[in-house]
Amino acid sequence: MSRKLRFESLATGGASAWMVVIGGVTILTVVMMTVLSHYISPFNPTAINVGPILQPPNSRFPLGTNHLGEDMLSRVLCGGSVMLQVAILSVVICSITGVSIGLMSAYVGGFVGKISSLVMDSIYAFPGLVLAIAIAAMLGPGVINMALAIAVVYVPSYFRVVRSQVLTVKELTYVEAARALGAKSRRIITRYILPNLLPSVVVVVTLNFADAILMAAGLTFLGLGVPVSIADWGWDLTYGRQLMFVGAWWVGGFPGFMIVVTVWGFTILGEGLSELLNPRLREMV
Amino acid sequence: MVLLLLTLVFVILRVIPGDPVLLHFEKNVSSEAMNAMRHELGTDKPLLNQYVDYLWGLLHGDMGKSMIDYSPVSQQVMSAFPATLELAIYSTIFAVVLGVLLGVRAACRFNSAQDHGIRAFGTITYALPVFFLGMALQLILGVGLHLFPTGGRTAIGMEPVGCTIGSFHIATGLYTVDSLLEGNLLKFATALRYLVMPTVSLGLVICGTFIRMTRTNMLETLRLDFVTAGRARGLPNRLITYTYALKNAFLPVLTMIGLQFAALLAGAVLTETTFSWPGLGRYLAGRIGFRDYTAIQGAVIFFGLLVALASLVVDLLYAYLDPRVRL
Repeated sequence: MSRKLRFESLATGGASAWMVVIGGVTILTVVMMTVLSHYISPFNPTAINVGPILQPPNSRFPLGTNHLGEDMLSRVLCGGSVMLQVAILSVVICSITGVSIGLMSAYVGGFVGKISSLVMDSIYAFPGLVLAIAIAAMLGPGVINMALAIAVVYVPSYFRVVRSQVLTVKELTYVEAARALGAKSRRIITRYILPNLLPSVVVVVTLNFADAILMAAGLTFLGLGVPVSIADWGWDLTYGRQLMFVGAWWVGGFPGFMIVVTVWGFTILGEGLSELLNPRLREMV
Repeated sequence: MVLLLLTLVFVILRVIPGDPVLLHFEKNVSSEAMNAMRHELGTDKPLLNQYVDYLWGLLHGDMGKSMIDYSPVSQQVMSAFPATLELAIYSTIFAVVLGVLLGVRAACRFNSAQDHGIRAFGTITYALPVFFLGMALQLILGVGLHLFPTGGRTAIGMEPVGCTIGSFHIATGLYTVDSLLEGNLLKFATALRYLVMPTVSLGLVICGTFIRMTRTNMLETLRLDFVTAGRARGLPNRLITYTYALKNAFLPVLTMIGLQFAALLAGAVLTETTFSWPGLGRYLAGRIGFRDYTAIQGAVIFFGLLVALASLVVDLLYAYLDPRVRL
């Protein structure tokens, strides 16, 4: 498909194209905010007593202060980095693992294919957060451990999409032709099969980002997150819950809102992309 | 499938680097005490023996002893289960009813402002962390308006006891059912009041899937010939939509209920923790803090078994509702 045609399909995609644009802009804003946070935040996010404790939003502290007198605006600006790091790391780990196992399972087939499908189906059937809790509880808190726990849960999503696509693509005439011309398996996979998977994998990646952030927030809420010395939306939201009952809604409210905005951005980007690129995909993920 | 699930849990909890006993004590006690605990729990045996013991124990309903109070985990899990089941049932009903109604509405008003609004509502509820939504409800409906209690399962002294018929005592552990069995409407109303906020939080978060699923299926069904034929005969629109078309579009939604059950249980862990709901999820979350690994393992296994059971029930229901499916 030519580049021009793709652009036209985006331009005439209606609601789906708009979803992609709005989702993309939202994510870009959140990412830019997090990356530039050290330059734009008015205070050090972990410096205590920069103002009186539990101040409601006012002109000096637009998002108020928390129970340690830390500036909430600075914490909200910087707090996305942990969630985004966990999400990026987990998405990288599970996409590479899921795509590789899915490819192998479908391409090799036979006993290996059956066993890998069974294992992946049983992980897929399990309540994701419960499985992540079990893994994170064994590994202990920290960014890498959280990312690993989340990655294990989402490997089957990639596996299912990749496996079903490879099973279809590998029977197509052009792959058969390549094989007849003597192309080796490695060349067939990398040159002929992988490019076909990319659109589907991109959709799963965006939806995976949304789920990974939600799950990271959930793990932090249960005490399996990062150490308290780091500014983190998940931790602020968790701690803010206790302060909400004494009327300090802003401590948990703003970080919670940022999590919702980020997850929403990834969700509508994923949904828009899936409708534009592959309308049947959503049912498989 | 169940065996695979059980093996998976075993592999994750025993093979991942990290000794439960070492993690439990955080190196604060002598190595003799740790070895004694390892011996007590059987984690000093070879892995294969541990695996066989684990499966054999599960067959007898034995999930080991808690590392905190040495009482049987299976008993603790079973006593927490009815609270989770009650929450799961009501949340599913809420999510399905709301999701299907909004989904049908969106399909009937395809591409209108209402359709876009309902779809946006679906994506926003999906993006909400369930505990954030729970906290907002607690703040507004609980602390602010005093409409509903902010936590717990029922008021003190309002726990229903069920009923006794002859020499049989019937108690399900589901407070709304037990209070009705007891014939005490006040206890029933109290239990319902405590259920409202957890049910709405959990239900709202998972209803987005049902909205999307119903909308897609209704759009396909409404284009079929029998709908056009019904319209041509002058049947009322409401009758066609809700009776004929919805019946056909509901079957895939039913499958989705089975698939969403796993998501529902995962959401229940966070909802129960938010609302101090004394179910399995809160038990699991509470044991994480105590580093009680046998209890964590027991709760995780139980969650796995519940999912397997739910998918079986949905398969049976599917065969009952759709005569073309043969088991």
